[in-house]
Amino acid sequence: MNILEFLISPSDAAKRSGPHDKVVLSSRVRLARNIRGVPFPGHARKADRVRAFETLMPAVQSLNQVGSDAFAESMEKLSQNEKKVLVERHLISREHEAKGVGSGIVLNREETLCLMVNEEDHLRMQALRPGLQLGQAWMSLDSVDTDLESRLEIAFSEQYGFLTACPTNLGTGIRVSAMLHLPGLVLGEQINQIIQAVSKLGLAVRGLYGEGTEALGNVFQVSNQMTLGESELEIVERINKVLLQIIEHEENARLTLLEKKAKVLFNHIGRAYGTLANAHSISSKETMNQLSLLRLGVDIGMIPGTPKSLVDELFLLSQPAHLQLKTPDKLDAEQRDMLRSDMLRDRMREVARPDHLGVVIPPKAAA
Amino acid sequence: MVCIVCKQKEAKVHYTELAQGQVKKIDLCETCAKEKGLSDPTSFNLADILLGLGASHEMEQASESKGGELKCQTCGFTQADFKKTGRLGCADCYKVFAEGLAGMLKTMHKGTTHKGKVPQTFRRSHDHASKLAQLEQDLQGAISREDFEHAAVLRDQIKVARKTPAKA
Ligand SMILES: [Zn+2]
Ligand SMILES: [Zn+2]
Repeated sequence: MNILEFLISPSDAAKRSGPHDKVVLSSRVRLARNIRGVPFPGHARKADRVRAFETLMPAVQSLNQVGSDAFAESMEKLSQNEKKVLVERHLISREHEAKGVGSGIVLNREETLCLMVNEEDHLRMQALRPGLQLGQAWMSLDSVDTDLESRLEIAFSEQYGFLTACPTNLGTGIRVSAMLHLPGLVLGEQINQIIQAVSKLGLAVRGLYGEGTEALGNVFQVSNQMTLGESELEIVERINKVLLQIIEHEENARLTLLEKKAKVLFNHIGRAYGTLANAHSISSKETMNQLSLLRLGVDIGMIPGTPKSLVDELFLLSQPAHLQLKTPDKLDAEQRDMLRSDMLRDRMREVARPDHLGVVIPPKAAA
Repeated sequence: MVCIVCKQKEAKVHYTELAQGQVKKIDLCETCAKEKGLSDPTSFNLADILLGLGASHEMEQASESKGGELKCQTCGFTQADFKKTGRLGCADCYKVFAEGLAGMLKTMHKGTTHKGKVPQTFRRSHDHASKLAQLEQDLQGAISREDFEHAAVLRDQIKVARKTPAKA
């Protein structure tokens, strides 16, 4: 089956919901593993890489958790745009996008488990969940990992734990992360404070989209940096605790904005609606920022009858590779901006006009 | 401003990241930025870059004391390769480059000894070794107490335990 036919439709993908999903878009746990006796992918000769691939793919596919209805393919069989779509779905890394012969992807039917074969390590396993569900994600991935142990000879040392290509992943090989939507903290100009506080705890915060320090769409990723000397559960618990605090700060920031700067907030959201519904050319950058405001509008009850999932779907459909799916002709940036605006104008007809009268302004006591 | 990695081309990509409360700035040329995966904010890890720079220095010092460049016999990876990529070549590289890695791991991680999940096979061999050690200790005790009857039983148990080594 073709990957594009296999993937859950953008509309259904956006409908997945989880705890705290006003703020937490998704949770992810990743484990890095290597097999013994084969150089790491970056240093392996092609023959070695292919050997590792041929050992790993059947082992991974035989897992119960993967299932017989999973998608499993060599990266060379995917087109450039298909790989980009997988990146936009957050299923594979950009590094994996560049891979071809000797690398592969295995994705389960529910898209809750995605394995990259021969990325930077022989195996990168990821458990994905909507909303804040890190414990769930870890438990499911732990069981996948345990089942794999009996099928593969894993590189492990008593001193250093799981051996990885990059020493930054050594030990548990775990990367726990969550994607957060933080418009309240950005508009309230508290985001830098939060980033500093969180990074002091040994966690990394970065904008998920955009270059350098900019965070397009107010989407941030929080993840652990250290992997050695701390158990998986300790890492998961620590990051979960921090995330709960960030959620609280974001919720408070939104309340404060409503309480003290409601007009400014309504103005932002109203204009976002206007732009998205009426533009005839719109960049990806502007789209993400406006959709972020629209999502905030939905969250505070300013856009009656519109589900959050519609906004999330548009976010996905606005990405370059997803737009490219609409036409066989290779789009340049300018054509893409027009096509994006056409799609948005069309779909925005499903979105009700913002109505600030529907917003419940919290009483002063709430703050 | 020149690129901090190749120290040749002009730095065009500037990245700031907050890690452990410190603002770290990185200036790279476009080629090196791409090579380091900097174009991808989701997988980019500043530590990787810092690591490739700082650690190789430490490794150089470690190898100088041994008179010559370190090289992994299993995969042929050299410290020059490490300096270039910030990655290791194979699992055995961790033994070869252990000395140079130690200090760096300390600054990078919470500790330098693994805590957490241990694969079943390693657990078994670990349990096995400690069980054997315990039996041997009991045997010494029995002999020193002149309890040869018990010692004979323990000796048989040790014999059996040694014959069935754990899967490596
Ligand atoms: Zn350079
Ligand atoms: Zn090696």
